[in-house]
Amino acid sequence: MPLPQLPEPAIVLGARADDWRGAVRLAGAALASSGAARSGYSDEMIRMIEEHGPYVVIAPGLALAHARPGDEVLADGLAVVTLSTPVFFGHPHNDPVSVVLGLAITHPDAHLATIAELANIFNDSTAIAELAAATDAVEVRRILGVRA
Amino acid sequence: MKIVTICGAGIGSSGILKVNAERVLARLGIDAEVTAADASSVASVAADAQVILTSAEFVEAIGKTYADVIVIENFFDTEELRRKLEAGLG
Repeated sequence: MPLPQLPEPAIVLGARADDWRGAVRLAGAALASSGAARSGYSDEMIRMIEEHGPYVVIAPGLALAHARPGDEVLADGLAVVTLSTPVFFGHPHNDPVSVVLGLAITHPDAHLATIAELANIFNDSTAIAELAAATDAVEVRRILGVRA
Repeated sequence: MKIVTICGAGIGSSGILKVNAERVLARLGIDAEVTAADASSVASVAADAQVILTSAEFVEAIGKTYADVIVIENFFDTEELRRKLEAGLG
């Protein structure tokens, strides 16, 4: 199973965020404007990090923001946010973050194929830097191998 | 062998650890069942696990366990996973 599609509103490049909450909100707003989540999903993603710490920063420079499936999720969706100035999540090894992936998942069981696809892409250690440097949506879709 | 990967929701980062751990174990020729779970269910899911893979944030929440708790820094670095799994599995 491929990754969810990346329509224009799901890609936000070179954005400004004051802190990690702002960066996660950008990903939440992108998921909301692409129709994958309701506006409250941002708060749920932030709550996960407040509760458990900055574990979503799973690789140097990359945060995988997400919450659980639930009422705030409308469809499976992915959002890509790159930051003009990287922000700190407080992670001991992988800060600062310049790429935030927002992930919305409708069914807990169906998501592993999506996650496996993310692993396929980002196990190539150059993918994060390429994404961070991408200047348009076409390039982002090429790196992730998804359609608009 | 049973291996459990732990994160906050049991779907995002623990899913990536599960997928990559399975790849590394296959390459090492080790037969193991890898399950992704959230931190709140660790006591039941990992009761009979030999290894728990997670990030530093969850070590305290995992608490007392007979399993080897292995902390992974870069979830996409299969070389780090291989090195730590090999060391952990002796």
